[in-house]
Amino acid sequence: MTVTTTNHPVHAMMSRKRMISLGLPVVVLAYLVYVAVAFDLGGLAGRARLDNGALLMRDFWSYKIHVTRDNRSGEISSAIEGMRNATFSAGNRPDWISGNQNFARVELPQGHVVDFAPDGLVTLITPDGRYRIRPTGSGIQTDFTDAPPNFSVSDNRFSADLPEGARLTVTRARSEVFRRHAGWELFFFDLSSPFYGKSWAELAALAVSGDRVDPEHSNLAGMGRDFWNNGIWHHGDVAWAIFETILMAFLGTFGAGLVALPLAFMAASNFAPLVLMRQAARRFFDLLRGVDALIWTIILSRAFGPGPLTGSLAILLTETGTFGKLFSEALENIDEKPVEGLRSTGAGPVQRIRWAVMPQVSPVILSQLLYYFESNTRSATVIGAITGGGIGLLLMQAMQTQKDWEHVAYYILLIVVMVMAMDWLSGRLRARLIRG
Amino acid sequence: MTADRIAATYHAQLARRRAYGTVLWAIFAALLVAGFDMANRRNAGGFLQGLPSVLDYPDALISEAWQKAGALPGHMWRALPSLVETLNIAAASTLLGAIGGGIMALLATPGLAPWPRLVPLFRRLLDIARAIPELVIALVLIFVLGGGPVPAVIAISFHTVGALGKLFSEVAENASLKPVEGLESVGASWPQRIWFGVIPQVAPNWASYMMLRFEINIRASAILGFVGAGGIGYELRNAISWGQGRYDAAMAIFLMLFVTIVLFDQLTSVARNRLVRGQEHGEKGGRI
Repeated sequence: MTVTTTNHPVHAMMSRKRMISLGLPVVVLAYLVYVAVAFDLGGLAGRARLDNGALLMRDFWSYKIHVTRDNRSGEISSAIEGMRNATFSAGNRPDWISGNQNFARVELPQGHVVDFAPDGLVTLITPDGRYRIRPTGSGIQTDFTDAPPNFSVSDNRFSADLPEGARLTVTRARSEVFRRHAGWELFFFDLSSPFYGKSWAELAALAVSGDRVDPEHSNLAGMGRDFWNNGIWHHGDVAWAIFETILMAFLGTFGAGLVALPLAFMAASNFAPLVLMRQAARRFFDLLRGVDALIWTIILSRAFGPGPLTGSLAILLTETGTFGKLFSEALENIDEKPVEGLRSTGAGPVQRIRWAVMPQVSPVILSQLLYYFESNTRSATVIGAITGGGIGLLLMQAMQTQKDWEHVAYYILLIVVMVMAMDWLSGRLRARLIRG
Repeated sequence: MTADRIAATYHAQLARRRAYGTVLWAIFAALLVAGFDMANRRNAGGFLQGLPSVLDYPDALISEAWQKAGALPGHMWRALPSLVETLNIAAASTLLGAIGGGIMALLATPGLAPWPRLVPLFRRLLDIARAIPELVIALVLIFVLGGGPVPAVIAISFHTVGALGKLFSEVAENASLKPVEGLESVGASWPQRIWFGVIPQVAPNWASYMMLRFEINIRASAILGFVGAGGIGYELRNAISWGQGRYDAAMAIFLMLFVTIVLFDQLTSVARNRLVRGQEHGEKGGRI
């Protein structure tokens, strides 16, 4: 009897807790369902371009070599990704392409062969048969009626998806076949470099002891220069862009720290005697933070134009608000005893701040600055994409051309490595500074 | 005699430390000045040329909006659905990120993880998720899925998993293992041990971090809208591109975004203070 009565409030509490622990997931689930409906998740399947996704995934790790016949001039050329500045000469052409300027035989995986004849006739030989496609003045003609399912034929265009990502297209203007290879093409040296196409062992031998390829430089210097000035991957520009992004984060974070520190004294209740001044400083911080980096970027880029300075200042303004708030909280939490001690020796306000306050708050401030330095590296990437600076801009441009997906993959990789490196660095510095 | 020596050593040490400090400050100041100079030279417009006109744009915005003040409520009403969309993106991705981050945090916390050997693996996964800026994932997904809020939700959720996962794991490391051991002794499974033994301990701190993240995610979703992921950012971009003559519409959206960010900033800060203070209260024995 007594046990039951004492148990009663406990049971009531337990059932209330049970209600919360059951009800909360239900509420969350209901909200997510509402969002799914509001965002038209069901219609997404219809709008999604999964072929884009497949293309992107394939392009991330492989590249194409195009063999193209211009059907007006009859000229045949082969180039990486069809890029003019990556066109093969007869000497360094891959060995699966044979022929000359007027005739070409292209060997594709799994026993497929494409022939470009001097008169424009394209012959596709598969293990199952032989198909002829002839571009004419008004369109194309084919000699077959029962096309396999991987072909698509119309009056103006023939295309065939072949194994391992290869494809043949024939139109009135040109016939083109491409074959995929794994890897990022020309990553180290472009076709203009004498070091293109050499194996690691050959390169090492050249670097150590070989004769000079270019008599004016040592081979190692030549390799470094050719790598840095690579015409396809632009390693030098990419390195600059990364530096610019880190620079934006550095200037924004530490500049904001310098501006915010004196202002924080005005917002801390133990340093600013006037309520009005305190409130003004706090509202000023709220304003800076509330306007947000996005709006600051828009406003500043009107005055200063796009570039790293605009990005730096946008970060600086936003973070002045953040740091002002954080630093003033740190100042309010200091131990008053050292201040009293200094006051008893007749020290003035500046001396009290220098010798009693700063030693207490500087580890907190430094640690917060370093923490935000890392987080602002990420912000600088994003702001760079909007305001035109750094690696963010390169990524944005590579995305917009919708072609250089391997560059997109490269930039993403670099951004992730950059942010992780900054994370590691800031963590190391914080640990050292706080330890002393 | 000894006292003199001690004093001399102390002063020498002090002088050296001060010299180090001065040198460090000089290097820091030089880096900052050189950095600003370099940024200035690489910028399209210079700082000194731009400075006089820095207030021109806000001034033009405000004066035009002031003249057409009557039109502002109408603009705001029209942009309200996209503001709701931005808030929904932020809230949904915070929730999804917190669920994912919570699971990942438990898998990455020594002592709680069901597979202790895989703890370093899950930690690295969290590091990677945290390192990828939302923008990167959003841009790729916009290409595949088309513009709209879903790419933004996925992108922000992914980053949130990494950011919250790390913080959640730090909280969970400090949780008492006694309830977990108690539950284990009566044969509770791993999900039961976590749900009844760990979650009640970490819930206030996790909720506090979630609110902080929600506020950050509102800003992030506005920025992603600006690059094509829907919501108020997209409206803002359109309104800006209309240019002079339509500044009232741009101003309305600026104002809405500003008020929203300040409002949620203050709200979450009050709520977090209450959560954390309530918890301290509980630790002192004020609550059962």
